[in-house]
Amino acid sequence: MRPAHPTRRSFRVAVERLGAAGGYLWSGWGSVASICLFLAAWDVAAGHLGELILPRPQDALVRLQGLLTEGQAWPEIAITARRALAGFALSVGIGSLLGLLAGLSVTASMTARPLVTLLVGMPPIAWLILALLWFGAGDGTPVFTVFIACFPIIFVGAMQGTRTLDGQLRELARMFRLPPWMRLTDVILPHVVSYLFPAWISALGMSWKIVVMAELLSTEDGIGAALAVSRSHLDTAASMAWIVALVSSLLAIEYLLLEPLKRHVESWREFASSRS
Amino acid sequence: MRSGEAVALVGPSGCGKSTLLNLAAGLLDPWEGTVRNGFVRPTMMFQQPRLLPWKRTLDNIALGLKARGESVPRRHAAARQLAHAMGLSDEDLDKYPSALSGGMQSRAALARAFAVEPDLLLLDEAFSALDIGLKSELYGLLAHQRRARGCAVLMITHDLMEALRLADRILVMTGSPGHIVASHVIEEPTAGRSEDWVFAHTARFIRESGIRAAFGLPPC
Repeated sequence: MRPAHPTRRSFRVAVERLGAAGGYLWSGWGSVASICLFLAAWDVAAGHLGELILPRPQDALVRLQGLLTEGQAWPEIAITARRALAGFALSVGIGSLLGLLAGLSVTASMTARPLVTLLVGMPPIAWLILALLWFGAGDGTPVFTVFIACFPIIFVGAMQGTRTLDGQLRELARMFRLPPWMRLTDVILPHVVSYLFPAWISALGMSWKIVVMAELLSTEDGIGAALAVSRSHLDTAASMAWIVALVSSLLAIEYLLLEPLKRHVESWREFASSRS
Repeated sequence: MRSGEAVALVGPSGCGKSTLLNLAAGLLDPWEGTVRNGFVRPTMMFQQPRLLPWKRTLDNIALGLKARGESVPRRHAAARQLAHAMGLSDEDLDKYPSALSGGMQSRAALARAFAVEPDLLLLDEAFSALDIGLKSELYGLLAHQRRARGCAVLMITHDLMEALRLADRILVMTGSPGHIVASHVIEEPTAGRSEDWVFAHTARFIRESGIRAAFGLPPC
């Protein structure tokens, strides 16, 4: 048995991390290929349908580039991102916390279940109408609509995470006299995170869709409002350009921020499976 | 139980052995009566290793030390030393538990229990899922650590041979509600018990009428 060598260990950990990051970037080629296939299909469809119904992808991209270089697009994207992220952050904070608490008590989770079903079943457009009445035309309406649409997804994720925590590990925590903060950081959270993260990611996708719908009907600015204008001008290329901007900003957040974060937090799964 | 003593609790399933062990561990509170426990730092090794899957083996062994507020270098040094004594290598310590074999996981669980320097170690059929080679190795490790630390052991087992190999005293429990029907003191020191001694005494032990009745065996 060799004596412990701390630098050797941290070097190994660093190599593992680098390897994981490299593998992640390399796996991106597959995604690039499927996006190219999608663009090709779009182009073929555009060739058949005509410019007014569906502009060619290159037209939409040129249009988007124009909007970006003229400086028209960035402020709208920033406004939409601000609203979506504000609503998303609210539901991440409140939904995760309440879900965790509800999961700790059987009574609370049983009470919460029908309410959650109700919230999930309620169409976002109904919330939007209510929000318009309550908050008027401004940031409040899209932020609230995003929050209320994302909340049940995150709440359920957090609640199931706490409910499925292994009773044996709770016993272990008591036996080894883990103080409350350690029970949270070493036993409960690592388990709950594996439920929370997928919930957060689907809520983020949801927030991007909801915010545009809310803007389309309630505000004067943001991508949604820009879409409404381009529609009224029958400018399909501009509409597609805005949609491309919307989808790519969502993809950027998901694959450049959330996915690497998830891989980092859940590295134990990756290494555990690759080494066994 | 005296300090440093090893007591084995045997009896049929459902007679309340595990309940007794959980009461001793403080995991259950008694509905009636009281538990008098003079031991300061009891710890338990469970039937499954119960290592935290998201922590490397070293951090798993150091779990109880972390809970006690030991600094990272101190608890890692202590855990590493103990792990080496248990036959775990530095590479094993760097792995996540799912990458370890069952035997290695049990060693880590035993090391984790001894890391907190317990004065009472509770074993809940801790070795029942291991093959005989691993069992005998872990018996050796347990006996060695017990001698070095003078820690008392209360173990539940279905394996009478295990009880006769490790215990100073065997308590036989039976019935519902469970109660202790026999107590069997073994004079021979644990270090002096050979394989043959264990086989011979297990055979004799199993013929005793009290033991047969407790397990519902016909008298012979």
